[in-house]
Amino acid sequence: MNIGTVPMKFRVSIDQEQCMACGRCVENCSYGVFRMENGVVRVSPRHCVACHRCLAMCPRDAISIEERPVDYRSHPLWTTEVKEAIFNQARTGKIIVAGMGNALPYPVIFDRLVLDACQVTNPSIDPLREPMELRTYVGKKPSHLDLLTKENGDVELMSALVPNLMLETPIMIGHMSYGAISLNAQTSLAKAVSEIGTFMGTGEGGLHESLYPYQSNMIVQVASGRFGVDINYLERGAAIEIKIGQGAKPGIGGHLPGEKVNKEVSVTRMIPEGSDAISPAPHHDIYSIEDLKQLVRGLKEATEWKKPVFVKIAAVHNSAAIAAGIARSSADAIVIDGFRGGTGAAPRVFRDHVGIPVEAAIASVDAKLRQQGIRNEVSIIASGGIRESADVAKIIALGADAVYIGTAALIALGCRVCGTCNRGVCAWGIATQRADLVSRLDTEIGSKQVVNLIHGWTDELAELMGAAGINSIESLRGNRDRLRSYMLDEALMTVLDVKSVGA
Amino acid sequence: MCGIIGVIDKKRELMDGSSIRQALSRMDERGSGEGAGYVAYGVFPEFKNYYAIHVFFDNIHEAKGSVDSLLSEWGTVVHDEEIPTSDHAKIRKVHTPWRYFFKPDATLMPRSTAPEEDIVTHIVMKVNTMMPGVLIFSSGKNIGVFKASGWPEDVADFYKIHEYKGYIWLGHNRYPTNTPGWWGGAHPFNLLNWSVVHNGEITSYGTNRRYIESYGYQCTMFTDTEVVAYLVDLLVRRHGLSAEMAVKALAPPFWDEIDRMPEKERLLHTAIRLTYGPALMNGPFAIVVANENSIVGFTDRIKLRPLVSGEYGNRLYISSEEAAIRTMEPDVERIMMPRAGSPVIGRLIT
Repeated sequence: MNIGTVPMKFRVSIDQEQCMACGRCVENCSYGVFRMENGVVRVSPRHCVACHRCLAMCPRDAISIEERPVDYRSHPLWTTEVKEAIFNQARTGKIIVAGMGNALPYPVIFDRLVLDACQVTNPSIDPLREPMELRTYVGKKPSHLDLLTKENGDVELMSALVPNLMLETPIMIGHMSYGAISLNAQTSLAKAVSEIGTFMGTGEGGLHESLYPYQSNMIVQVASGRFGVDINYLERGAAIEIKIGQGAKPGIGGHLPGEKVNKEVSVTRMIPEGSDAISPAPHHDIYSIEDLKQLVRGLKEATEWKKPVFVKIAAVHNSAAIAAGIARSSADAIVIDGFRGGTGAAPRVFRDHVGIPVEAAIASVDAKLRQQGIRNEVSIIASGGIRESADVAKIIALGADAVYIGTAALIALGCRVCGTCNRGVCAWGIATQRADLVSRLDTEIGSKQVVNLIHGWTDELAELMGAAGINSIESLRGNRDRLRSYMLDEALMTVLDVKSVGA
Repeated sequence: MCGIIGVIDKKRELMDGSSIRQALSRMDERGSGEGAGYVAYGVFPEFKNYYAIHVFFDNIHEAKGSVDSLLSEWGTVVHDEEIPTSDHAKIRKVHTPWRYFFKPDATLMPRSTAPEEDIVTHIVMKVNTMMPGVLIFSSGKNIGVFKASGWPEDVADFYKIHEYKGYIWLGHNRYPTNTPGWWGGAHPFNLLNWSVVHNGEITSYGTNRRYIESYGYQCTMFTDTEVVAYLVDLLVRRHGLSAEMAVKALAPPFWDEIDRMPEKERLLHTAIRLTYGPALMNGPFAIVVANENSIVGFTDRIKLRPLVSGEYGNRLYISSEEAAIRTMEPDVERIMMPRAGSPVIGRLIT
C-alpha cells in the first residue's frame, strides 16, 4: 500500500434537514453511492461518477455533489489526471480504458470561428416567410450532365444518377452500436430519425430485429470485427458504412466489454454471450487502398448497386490524401471522425492524444478533393464533437455535406457525459445492458426529445442561413467566405482557408 | 443597387452606342458615378476572326513587353493599338487601355478539344494572376468591353461609344461597395465571348468560386460578378448545357416545386441540382449574360432585384428599369417582368 488512498473525485453530501429518506437515490444510483441505514441515507462518495441520476430523481433537492473537494497541490505539468493515471498503472500494469471523447483541454476551433450576416447591401432572408432549403443528398453525384434537347424542345436526361440518401436536414446520428448502448437508446434514436427524415448508424453491433421497422432510415456498419454482418443485415440498411477508424481511437479497433454482451446483444452481434468483442485494429482484408476498393465494390455487388457505401476514417494527419484515395474507390461518401468523437470505451492514451480536430480535417479534405476536381462527386460527412447548430453551420461552411451527431443525441436522452460508459452500469439506461437500468429509458419520450433537439437545431440552422442571405444549403457548403477566424493562428487560418475578423 | 441593361437585334442589325448611353444614364439613381461600362458584339468586323484582347496597363512601359511576348509565345498578334479615348474632364486616365487582335496557335494545345479558346482562357488567367499592373478585361472575337470609373455618360464619351456599332449591347451603371474607383471592378465582366452585367451580391460566392477554381478558372477581380462569367462558360461551353438548362442550374426551382413535377421533369431537375449544387447562385441578383448568339436575363430564386424585358421589332431589351428601356425605344411593346429564376432569352434568327 505504497500509494494509499487518493483524494475523492466527488463529494456527495445529503442535507439531512431536507432529506425525507424516500430511498429514490438508493434505488437509482447504479454505482452504489447510497445506502439506507436505520432510515437515514448514507453515502460512499468514492463511487460517484457525477452522472446526476440521484440529483434528477431526488424530490427534495437534498443531494449536492462537489467536484474535487480535496485536490492535490496544483502543478501545471503534474496534473491531477496525470498523477492518477500513474497511480492507476502502477497498481495494475495495464492500459487505461475510459469512456466518452477527448478529455484534454485543447482549444476548440469552432469557438474561434464566427459566422456572417447580411446588412444593407443584400437582404437577409426570413425563413418564417420565405422558402429555406436544408434538403441534402448524400451520395455520389455526376461530374457533369449529358442533356439532350429534342426537336420539340423537351430536354432528355442522358446521365444516370446513382442512389443517394435524401435528408430533410443535414444532421444525422452517428454509429453507436447495440451493445455499447442499450436497445432502448437505439430504438429512441431510430424512431427519431424516421420521424424527422434523416438517418442513423447501427454501429458495429448488428441490427436487432425490433429495429427492422426503422431500417429504411438506418445505415448499417461493416467494421473490422464484422460483428452482426450477413446479407440480411446489408440488405436491410438504407446505406452501408465501412468503418476503418474512429476519431476517439484512431488506429485501433473497437472494444465492447464482455459485461455488456448479454443474450440479445450476443445474438445480434453473432458472438458468444459474455465475451469481450474486440475488433481488430485493421480490417484483415484491407491492407491497402485497392483492397478497400474491392470491399466497397464487393458490398455494392452483394446489394446489387442499390445502396450507397460510405467509408469512415478517423481524422488523422494525412486525412486529405486518404480521402482522395477513398473518393476513387467507388465509395459514395466519406465520413471524417474528429478526435473529439465519443466512444463507449477507448484506451485513454488514444482518446486524448491521437488524431486531429474535425474542423481542420474537413477543411483539408474538401480542399484536396476540389484541387483534384472530384469534390462534388462524393459526399463528406463530419463527425466528432458537433455540439450545437452553430457547429453544424460552421463545419458545412468548411466543406462538409452533413454531420453525424453522437454525444449530443445521447445528452438529449439524459446522458450527463460522466464518461463511464465502459463500466456498463449507466444509470440513465443508455450505455448499459442491465435490464433494470435499460427499462428506465422510455423510448417514446426519448425519441421525442431527440426529435425536439434536431428540430431545434434545424430551425436555428435555417435562421443562420437566412441571416447570411442563403436559402439553400448548397450555397453554405464550403462557403468559407462566410466564416471569420477570431484569434486563430495564421497557419491554421491557411488550413481552414478563412480570413480574420475584420478582414 | 446598380442598373443594368441589355439589348439584342435578332437579325444582327447594328446599333451604335448612343442610345444605350442614354438609357444607362437614365438609371443614374442606381449608380454612384464610380463605375460604368459597355460591351458590344460585332464591333470589329475587319478583325472578326481574331480574339480582341483588351488590356488595362497601369504603366505601359513596364508591362507591355511581357504581355507582347506571352501572346507571341501562344500565337500571332495581327494588330495592336491603344484603345481610342477622348480627353475627358471628368475621367482621369489611371490606366492605359490597349487592344490586341490575336490568333492563337491551336497546335500548342494538342490535347484540348477547343484549343484556341483554352489558350485564350489560359492567357487571361495567367496575366490576371501573375502579372501585376496588367488586367485583361475583354477577350472575345468581334466584341469589345469598354469600362472605367465615372458616370455612364462620361465613360461612354471617354471611349467614344457612339462610334462603335454592334448587334448586342450590354451596359452597367455601378454603385460599388467592393472596389470603388478601380476600373477593373466595373462591369461588364468578360471571358471569351461571354459577358456579364450584374446587379446584386452573390452570397454563395465562396462556394461558387471554389467550385469554378477546381476547373482551372481563377477569380482575380475581387468581385463576385466574374464568377458568373466563368460558371456560364463551364456549364454552356464545356459541359454543353443549353442556356435554359444553365439558368436552371444557377437559379434552380425550389425542391417543393421539383417534388410536384411530373416524373421525368422531376428527375431532370433533381439531377441538375445534385450535379450543379455548387454552381447555384444565392443572394439577390439580376443578371444579363451575352454571347455572340444570344442574351439571357435572369434573377435569383426569390427575385430580390428587379428585371424587366420588352420587345420591339427584332429587338429584345432586358433592364433593371422600364424607364431605361423606354429611353432606348419609346415604342417598346410587351413589357414583362420575368418570374424569379425564369430566364428571358433572346437569340439571333439564323
